[in-house]
Amino acid sequence: MKQTLYNWDEMMQSETTETVEAIEPSQSVETPEPLEPIEHSDPILKTQDYFINMGPQHPSTHGVLRLVLTLDGEIIKNVEPHIGYIHRSIEKMCESDSYRQIVHLTDRMDYLSCHINNEAVCLAVENALELEIPDRVVVIRTIIDELTRLASHQLWWGVMGMDLGAITSFLYGFRDREMITDIFEETCGARLTMNYNVPGGLMFDIHPNFQRKVKEFVQYFKKKLPEYDDLLSGNVIFLERTKGIGVLTKEDVISYGVSGPTARASGFACDVRKRHPYNAYDRVQFKEIVMTEGDTYARYRVRILEMWESLSIIEQLIDNIPEGEYCAKTKAVIKLPVGEFYQRVETARGDLGVYIVSDGKKSPYRMKFRSPGFSNLSALNHCAKGCKIADLVAIMSTFDLVLPDIDR
Amino acid sequence: MMSNDELQAFIQEHCADPVFETGKQYLNAIVAPEHLMRVAEALRHDPRTSFDYMFCLSGVDFSTHFMVVYHLESTTLNHCVVLKCKVSDRVNPDVPSVSSIWRTAEFHEREVYDLFGVRFVDHPDLRRILLDDDWVGHPMRKDYVDEANIVQLG
Repeated sequence: MKQTLYNWDEMMQSETTETVEAIEPSQSVETPEPLEPIEHSDPILKTQDYFINMGPQHPSTHGVLRLVLTLDGEIIKNVEPHIGYIHRSIEKMCESDSYRQIVHLTDRMDYLSCHINNEAVCLAVENALELEIPDRVVVIRTIIDELTRLASHQLWWGVMGMDLGAITSFLYGFRDREMITDIFEETCGARLTMNYNVPGGLMFDIHPNFQRKVKEFVQYFKKKLPEYDDLLSGNVIFLERTKGIGVLTKEDVISYGVSGPTARASGFACDVRKRHPYNAYDRVQFKEIVMTEGDTYARYRVRILEMWESLSIIEQLIDNIPEGEYCAKTKAVIKLPVGEFYQRVETARGDLGVYIVSDGKKSPYRMKFRSPGFSNLSALNHCAKGCKIADLVAIMSTFDLVLPDIDR
Repeated sequence: MMSNDELQAFIQEHCADPVFETGKQYLNAIVAPEHLMRVAEALRHDPRTSFDYMFCLSGVDFSTHFMVVYHLESTTLNHCVVLKCKVSDRVNPDVPSVSSIWRTAEFHEREVYDLFGVRFVDHPDLRRILLDDDWVGHPMRKDYVDEANIVQLG
């Protein structure tokens, strides 16, 4: 035998010769009778797909979402989402509410982007009435939009780590989100469902501490955000579970109507802030983060990089809040002119649309909310086919589903 | 990018008698259900229009008829149009499904079927999506009476 350890050819040869020698003495082995051919209808040996209910009470579905999985072993063959467990018929309620009341229903949809949801209705009403909005309102709204986006992404990041088995990220995410909710609490009294917007402007002016606290937060979070990368982005286990998993192509994404960071990870530049600017987004500098890989890791990366952009937008605006009124003068009872109005805004999850059909009365004739999560969820089956069950958890985390937003 | 007039001429090429309304934001084109597929396919596949992104699909009940509203956008050419399908038959409201053209319509059409009872012909899986399977009636219709709701709003 040669000195090299890994000369497999030689090792295999020597092994085979030995075994052949060992077997040779035995002889006269009777040929066994051929087995009966297995009939396909044999109920014991028949294989079949099996079904598993994931949810509605499952921690990683992030709400009451029920997925019926068709499985072949551990491989997913089909995912069928069953939604509607928390359908509150907000659209029907809107038909008998005034426009001022409707605003308060919308933050019960996507509660992590509540301020942006409120704003979508307010902008739709303001554009329909052709109201002149004070510049101060526009800038404050933009800052709080970005704070909301940050808070939502922080929560998503914490929960994403938790879904993949890392408890620390959950604590980190919530620790930093706490600072933003404190700012919100001081601004409008609420931490989650803010109701800070009213048609025409804001409910009250910002707190005197607002600018100082936001600046403190930005300085603080700029130091903390690299920690997020240290903890997860380079982690080998994390990379193994996210890279190349659940790939969506650009064509799929556009056809399924996917929007937000989920779509931008697949190369679809769909940011409403860039494509159809509203608020002060046309006067600030920010990059639209677009990646082309389309896998779970790209969706993760887009949100991390978006947090940097949000910080940059806040920094550009926080020292330039113009003086002035915090609300335009509106009539006590708002009536929209007859017609149809559509307003698009970019929430933390994607393209939120508000479609109002007005017949000139004090409440809309028909109100439709095009929620980003609803369309994003429709691509889940296509995305998760062929993956393992554990991968589905990772994919769902990066879809960032909020169920009240989907069910409405 | 096509202007509203060019889009109007384009839709007229593919449909017998469309009705146009120039809304405040978008051009609205109302077509009959029998022309819907031809117009939708032309809008999606013609390189001059290439409306590849449907960002909203909604149903509206106008008491006398239903309207299925498709908000379309082109991601390459950056123009928008609103296609509407007027369904006059309230007993058998049949509309061809566009889910083969835009996959996102699959979920949205199920929602419109659930809440308005508009039936989408050739839809791969037309079931209720938000409400229970055994729910009676379609609650977003204007003539729907909810007997469980003791507080009548509005």
